[in-house]
Amino acid sequence: MPETTAAEPLVRIEDLDVTFGSGAHATKALSQVSLEIAPGESLGLVGESGSGKSTLAKAMVGAGPITAGRIVIDGQDVGAAGRGGLDRTLLQMIPQDPYSSLSPRRTAGQAIAEALDPLRADVKKHRDTIVEWLERVELDAGAVDKYPYEFSGGQRQRIAIARSLCIRPRLVIADEITSALDLSVQAEVLRLLAALREELSLTMLFISHNLAVVRHVSDRVAVLYHGELVEVGEVDQVFRTPQAPYTRSLLDSVPGGPGFILRDDRAHDPRDGADERTGTPR
Amino acid sequence: MTAAVETRTRTRSAGGSGWPRFLGQKLVEFVVAIGALILLTFALVLLVPGDPARIAAGIDASPEQVAAARHALGLDQPLLAQFWNYVVGIFTGDLGQSFRTGQDVTAVIGVRLPFTLTIALVAIGITLVVSVMLGIAVAALTRGNRNRWLDVGFSWATATLQTLPIYVYGAILVVVFAVTLGVLPAAGAASPASYVLPAVALTLAPTCSISRIVRREASAVLEQDYMRTARGWRIGRLKQHLKYALPNLLASTLTLSGLILGNMLGGAVIVERVFSWPGLGNGVVEAILERDYPLIRGIILTIGALAIIINLVIDIILAIVDPRVLRSGKAFA
Amino acid sequence: MTATAPDTVALATAQTASRRWRMHPILLSGLILMTLIVLTAIIAPMFLSTSANALTDQTRLPPGPDHLLGTDEFGRDLLSRALVATRLTLILTVSASAISVVLGVIIGMLVWLLPDRVRRFVVGVNSVAVAFPSLVLALVIAAILGPGAETAALAVGISSIPAFVRLTVNMAAPVLGREFVGTARLLHVPRVIVMVRHVLPNMAEPLLVLAASNFAVTLVELSGLSFIGLGVQSPQYDFGLLLSDALAAIFTQPSQVVGPSVMIMLTGLAGMLIGDGLAASSNPRTRGSRRASRTGRLGRTDAVAAKSEAPVQVRDLRVSTGTGTELVRGVSFDIAPGEILGLVGESGSGKSLTAMTLAGLVPEGVNATASTLVAAGNDMLAPADPARLARDIALIYQDPMSTFNPALRVGSQLTEVARTHLGMSRGAARRALLERFEQLRITDPPRRLRQHPHELSGGMLQRAMIASSLIADAKLIVADEPTTALDVTVQAAVLRQFAAAARELGASVLFISHDLGVVEALCDRVMVMHHGEIVEEVTAQALAARDVTHPYTRKLLDAAKYVDAL
Repeated sequence: MPETTAAEPLVRIEDLDVTFGSGAHATKALSQVSLEIAPGESLGLVGESGSGKSTLAKAMVGAGPITAGRIVIDGQDVGAAGRGGLDRTLLQMIPQDPYSSLSPRRTAGQAIAEALDPLRADVKKHRDTIVEWLERVELDAGAVDKYPYEFSGGQRQRIAIARSLCIRPRLVIADEITSALDLSVQAEVLRLLAALREELSLTMLFISHNLAVVRHVSDRVAVLYHGELVEVGEVDQVFRTPQAPYTRSLLDSVPGGPGFILRDDRAHDPRDGADERTGTPR
Repeated sequence: MTAAVETRTRTRSAGGSGWPRFLGQKLVEFVVAIGALILLTFALVLLVPGDPARIAAGIDASPEQVAAARHALGLDQPLLAQFWNYVVGIFTGDLGQSFRTGQDVTAVIGVRLPFTLTIALVAIGITLVVSVMLGIAVAALTRGNRNRWLDVGFSWATATLQTLPIYVYGAILVVVFAVTLGVLPAAGAASPASYVLPAVALTLAPTCSISRIVRREASAVLEQDYMRTARGWRIGRLKQHLKYALPNLLASTLTLSGLILGNMLGGAVIVERVFSWPGLGNGVVEAILERDYPLIRGIILTIGALAIIINLVIDIILAIVDPRVLRSGKAFA
Repeated sequence: MTATAPDTVALATAQTASRRWRMHPILLSGLILMTLIVLTAIIAPMFLSTSANALTDQTRLPPGPDHLLGTDEFGRDLLSRALVATRLTLILTVSASAISVVLGVIIGMLVWLLPDRVRRFVVGVNSVAVAFPSLVLALVIAAILGPGAETAALAVGISSIPAFVRLTVNMAAPVLGREFVGTARLLHVPRVIVMVRHVLPNMAEPLLVLAASNFAVTLVELSGLSFIGLGVQSPQYDFGLLLSDALAAIFTQPSQVVGPSVMIMLTGLAGMLIGDGLAASSNPRTRGSRRASRTGRLGRTDAVAAKSEAPVQVRDLRVSTGTGTELVRGVSFDIAPGEILGLVGESGSGKSLTAMTLAGLVPEGVNATASTLVAAGNDMLAPADPARLARDIALIYQDPMSTFNPALRVGSQLTEVARTHLGMSRGAARRALLERFEQLRITDPPRRLRQHPHELSGGMLQRAMIASSLIADAKLIVADEPTTALDVTVQAAVLRQFAAAARELGASVLFISHDLGVVEALCDRVMVMHHGEIVEEVTAQALAARDVTHPYTRKLLDAAKYVDAL
C-alpha cells in the first residue's frame, strides 16, 4: 500500500522482491514491498526476526541482492549502481552493534577522519571538524585521541553516529542502533538522534523491532511481516487504530502496552505461540 | 543486561540437507583434491630447472645416454601425450619403471606401502587416545586457575617436547631400548617387535601438539553456557565431562588435528630414515637423492593420496560426531 | 555538553583490544633466551671457527676438560661446531619463516579482494595444499630444485605458505564481518586500504603468535631436511647436518648427539615461548593478578538474622571477586510460596550473580558469603544433596541457543534430571516430558525429542526448557531474562505459559529482567538493583503507578517511558 506524498520522494522502493537460493531451496525474504520516503521525513520500519527488515536495509545500501523491483534514491537506481556505486553523500548507515561499530585499533578521531577523507584519514588536517562533530554528539574534545575500549557502549554508538552523519548524507539508515544498549543509555542515544535529525533536517529510515522507540523517532511507520508489508501509515494512527491483525498482535505483545496481559483469564489465549499467518506454533 | 542484537532467522535448510548432500560435497572435494595432486606430480619433472633427462642420466653421461634417458622418462613425447599417458597409467596401475633399477614403480610402492601404513595408523591411534585423555584431564584440573603448576608444567613440557626433533627422540629410543636394554631391535623390519620403536617415535610431537589443542578446546568447552546448564542440573563431574563436554570437544579437536595427523606422514619419512624402515619415506628420499623421477612421482602421488584420504575420513567422523556439520559442510556451524 | 552519567560497561568485553599491555613472564623468558641464541649466532663464528672447522688429530675424544663435548672423527671440537652452526641455522630459519608468513598473509588478504566464485575456488585449492604434509611438499620442492641450503629454506618456506593463507583467510573473515568494515565501504574507502588499515591490525596479534610458533616448526623441518641430506650440504653445517653425523656415530660416541640436540631444542623453545608469551600477554584473563583464585566459594557469615518460614530467604548476601571488588553488597530478601519476585537492573548491577548464587552456582573466581541462604527450603550454606537441589530448583537462562548442548538431542538433555535425580526410567521420563511439551503448546512433541537444538527456534527451546523444569515439581524457579532473546510476539506467549505453569506448581519464582514492562505485568513484587545493592522494593502495582522513592528507579522509569511505553 504505497502512500504518495506531495513532494518528490527521496526514496522510492517499487515492488521489491528479494529471494535467496533457487529452486526447491528458495526463500523469499522480501515480497512486493513498495515504500516511499519524503525528503526530511523519518520512516520507522518495524518487524521481528525473519521479517526481512535487515534484508531491505542491505539491499538499499547495495550490500544485498535485488531479485526484482527497483530501489531509487534521489533519482539513482541502486540496483544499477551496484555496490559502492552510489554517491557516498547520498546515503549512510549507522551500525547496530556498539562492539563492532568501530575498529578497536583506530581512535575516535581517526574513525571520523576516515569518513571525511577515506584515502588519507588525516586527523590533524580535519581536527576542527572532528572536534565539532564529537561535541555535537555530546562527547568532549579529548575523545579525539581515545580508543574505543575507553568508551562505553552508548558513547561508541555516538561516535558511530558522528562518523555516519559528518558527511551530511541525504538519507540515513539506522538499523537497530540501540538494541544492544542498556535502557537508560538507549533513551540518551535516541534523544540525541532526534535532536540531530531536527538540526540537520535528515531523512531517516529507522529500523527496529521495538515499537515504542519507533513511535518516538518517526513520522510514519511501516510494518513488515515475513517479507511482506502489512501496514503503513502515520505513526499515531497506526498505533491507535492498527488495521492489520499482525500489527494488532504486535501492539498487544509490547510489555507495558495496553493489550499486554499475562496473568488473568486471557492467559489461555488459543492463539498462544501460534504463527499469526499460518496458525502453526513457533 | 542488553537485549538480543541479532535477529534470529531460523534457517531450516529446505530439503536436501543431511548425509546425501554432505557426502556428495565430500566426493566433489575428493575428486578435485586428487586431480590437483595428479597435476602437481605430473608437473614435478617439468619444473626441474635444466634438463631432467641429463640430470637423471648423470653429469658425465654421453649424448646417447641422455637421449636414452629422455626416452625412458617419456620426455621426448608432446606434453599432452605425456599427461594422458600418466593419467591412464594411474588408473591402470602402471606408473612406469624406476629409472635406476627398472622395477615397476607400482611394485615398489606395493612393497613399501604396508610398512609405512602400519606404523602411521598405530601412531595415529596412540596419539589420539593419549592426547584426548591428557588434554581433558589437564583442562578439567586447571579450570578456574587451579593447579597453576600443572598449567605451567603442561605448557612447558609439551612445548619443549614438541620441538624435540623426531630424529633425536628416535635416537634416544634406540640408545635406551636397543643399545642399553637390548629389548627391541634398532633397525629394520624383521619382527613384530621392530614396529614398536618407529611407531612410538612418530607419536611424540603430534601427541604434544594435539594434547595442547585438546586442552585448549576443552577449557573453552567447559566455559560454555551449556556446561553451566549441566551443572545446574547437578550432574556428576565425570558424566558432565564425558557426555556433555566430550562430543563438543571432538568436533573442533578433529578439525584442528586433521592437519597434524596428515602431517605425520611427513614425520614418517624421517622416522624411516632413523630406523632404516623399508617404507615409502625411505623410498622417496633415496629416489630424490638419485634423481629417480618416475619413482619420486609415484611415491609422492601415493603419500599425497594417503593424506587426502586421512582428511576425508576425519571429515566424515566429524560429521558423525557433530550433526551441525551436515548442514553446512563445515564444523562450527 | 560532555558525557554525563557514565554508562555501565560490561565487565569482560572480550572484543575490545586493550592498550594496556603488560609483558607476561613467559614472553620475557622467551625473549631472553632468543637474545642469547642470537648473540651466540653472531659471536660464536668469530671466535670458535678454528676449533669448529680445523682438522686435527684429536679424533673421537670423549667429553673432557679441553673439549666439553668431545671431538668428532676429524678432531673437531663438538661444542664449537654446535655453537657455530647456530648462525646458518638461524639465518635459514628466519628466511623460511619470513617467506611463509609474509607471502601467506599477503596472498590471504588478496584472496578476499577476489570475486566470490574465484575466491571459493582458490580457497578450495589451498585446502588441498594444506592437507598435503608440509614436509613432503618441501621434499617435492627439493626434488625439483635439487638439494642445498638455499633450496631447503625456500622449500620449507613455500611449503608453509598454504597454511598461512588459510589462517589469514579465516582470521580476516570475522573482522570483515564487523560493522566498521561495512561502514568504511559505504564511505567509499577503497578495498585495499580497508584490508591494510582495518583488517590487518585487527589480526596482528594472533598472527604474531602463530608466526612465532611457526618459527619453531620451521626450524625442525629445516633441520629435518638437512638431516636427511637434502638440505645444507658439506662443508657447511647446521644443526640438522650435525645430527645426521651424530646419528651415524651413535653407537660409538653417543655424546655427539648432545650438542645439536640441545641447540635445536633451545632455539625451538625460544620461539614457542615467545609465541605463547605473546598470546598470554594479550589475553586479559591471564594477565593481571596471578594469585590463584579458587572456584566460587560460598561461606556463611557469623551474623544470624531472624528466620522466617519462606521457602526462599536471603540475608546479607555479599559477592566479591578474587581481588576484592564487591559485586553484590549485602542483599536480603524473601520469596513466599507461589510468589513471583522480579529483580530488575542494568548490566553490572549484580542481579544475575545474586540469582546464580542463590541457586548454588557461584561462578568461577568469585566468593560469596551470606548469613542466611535458603533456596526452596534447602540451606545453601551447608553441603546439600545434589538430587534434592536438582529437583527443587529449576533454572531458565536467557539465550536458549547457548544453553542447550548442541551435540546432544533435546530429549536426552531435558530428561537428564528426571532420570538421574528422580530415578525415573527412560520411558517414564520421556512420557512426562511429552506431557509438559503439549501443555506448553510445543508442536509435534515426539519429533522434538529426537531433534538437535539447532533445529528448533528460540521460542520453542525456551518452552522446552520450561517444560523440563515442570517435570521435577520445582519449588523455586530462577529465570534469568528468559524471554529477552525472543521476538516480542513470542515473548508474550512464552511468558503467559510460564506464569500459568508456575502458578500451577505453586512455585516461588525469581524473575530477572531489564524490562520494566514485563516485570510490571508478570510479577507480584519488584526489587530494583543498582551497583550491587537493592535500592527499591515495591509491589508491581506501585511500580506501574510510579509510586517509587529511589532516584535510580525514577530514572529507569523515565527511560522506560521513552523507550518502552506506548
